[in-house]
Amino acid sequence: MGNFDRKIEKFIEIFIDYNGYVRVLEGLKNTLLIAVVGLIIGIIIGTLIATARVIPKYKIFPRILNGICSFYVAMFRGTPMVVQLLVCYYVLLPLMEVHMTGVQVAILVFGLNSGAYISEIMRSGIQSVDIGQMEAGRAVGLPFGTTMFKIIIPQAVKNILPTLGNEFITLIKETSVVSFVGAADLYVAFSYIGSNSYEFMVPYLVMAMIYIALVLLISLGIKIMERSLGRSDRRH
Amino acid sequence: MIDVINLEKQFGDNKVLNGINFTVNKGDIVVVIGPSGSGKSTFLRCLNCMEDPTGGQIIFNGVDIADLKVDINVHRRHMGMVFQHFNLFNNKTVIQNIMLAPIHLQCKDLRRAKLHNTLLPLTNLFRKKDKKQQPAAITTAKSEIVAKSREQALNLLKRIGLEDKADSYPSTLSGGQKQRVAIVRSLAMNPDVILFDEPTSALDPEMVGEVLDLMKSLAKEGMTMIIVTHEMGFAREVANKVVFMDQGQILECNTPDAFFGSPKNPRLKEFLSKVL
Repeated sequence: MGNFDRKIEKFIEIFIDYNGYVRVLEGLKNTLLIAVVGLIIGIIIGTLIATARVIPKYKIFPRILNGICSFYVAMFRGTPMVVQLLVCYYVLLPLMEVHMTGVQVAILVFGLNSGAYISEIMRSGIQSVDIGQMEAGRAVGLPFGTTMFKIIIPQAVKNILPTLGNEFITLIKETSVVSFVGAADLYVAFSYIGSNSYEFMVPYLVMAMIYIALVLLISLGIKIMERSLGRSDRRH
Repeated sequence: MIDVINLEKQFGDNKVLNGINFTVNKGDIVVVIGPSGSGKSTFLRCLNCMEDPTGGQIIFNGVDIADLKVDINVHRRHMGMVFQHFNLFNNKTVIQNIMLAPIHLQCKDLRRAKLHNTLLPLTNLFRKKDKKQQPAAITTAKSEIVAKSREQALNLLKRIGLEDKADSYPSTLSGGQKQRVAIVRSLAMNPDVILFDEPTSALDPEMVGEVLDLMKSLAKEGMTMIIVTHEMGFAREVANKVVFMDQGQILECNTPDAFFGSPKNPRLKEFLSKVL
């Protein structure tokens, strides 16, 4: 540990003099972009799938829909995120002859993947809302979909907010695998600094601290959201 | 107004309703009583297709709503329902609870009319000269609908003396207040008939009175009501038709005086001797 000062000096030198901070900012931007847009896509997909899966299944159409949705969920929960990234980037896109950058692919795959997880979270949330709420909505003449999106899902989201926060945190941390498809995230930025200075200790330490800071910020944001959504609640 | 013809309902192998024939006329106040598990709640829930009947017909305003092809949402607008556990929308304030359905449904009709008018030049291209359609008349705007519904909701709240609670959430109300809000919520749709599914069973005795008073005042105004309840005193006082159900069948249907004074069915006699 004697030469720790020297290591920090070297890190600062690369970080500032050799424009290392530009790469770190770029990496931070990509990491946040992938996680946030991925989460938004995931919430949209997840909500739609969860809604499709709680439609009463007397008729044939909801059953088919349910089958498709459970297939989707099984696919994306059954394979690792890295595999999905690789398959999408090196198999599907070339086959379809579409060109996308690494970041775009990462956003797409993160969205589809978290959609599968969020659909199950959302479904448990929807089922935690009293069935009477749906009955009351239907009894005043509102259609199923309207009741779902105006009454049930707002209450469900309140119940599942802590779990959704979990999912967001997982996404932020999982972004460290997107270098597999050539997207420059935080990890790529710091390993660039490390390999330029032949010195990995300080860069990776700083990287860990940035991840922790991000996650703490998100937890704080969720706490604030929970409080503002809890207005109609008896428990606060 | 409602004609129930040979209504049947099965849950799996469990036959809950066994061929019910029944007629409700405009202005009728029907009270349905019977022991637990006799199918009275299921009967009520079948009337607005909360439970889809497995057989028979329900003719409401000339349409068989037991037919699964009918758009039930249109008919439910004319059929209010009040639940045992109130079921107010927990994420909406009291006034939003009341306004939600009227605003949403009127705005939907408005949007549909606007869409129809915008597409009209296109669709009229394919119609013969004498069959061309005129644009639908749009008389209201969204802001007007909202203002009108709000006014109506405030009037309804004033009627039950809760106008100061308009902007509070249902979780802050007492049981009796919740149930009264639930009743005016169904009134906001101007229904032809209101179904009450044990409206006072989840209330403590002190609060039963305020809910029953509201129901009595509705009855005086000539609202058609079908009420499943255990309140015999209320049945005797307000109803003009009392129905006794057991084993998924209607065993006796009579005016309250005859029903409580000289019951004919032996099962009803036994039931009344226990509860009165």
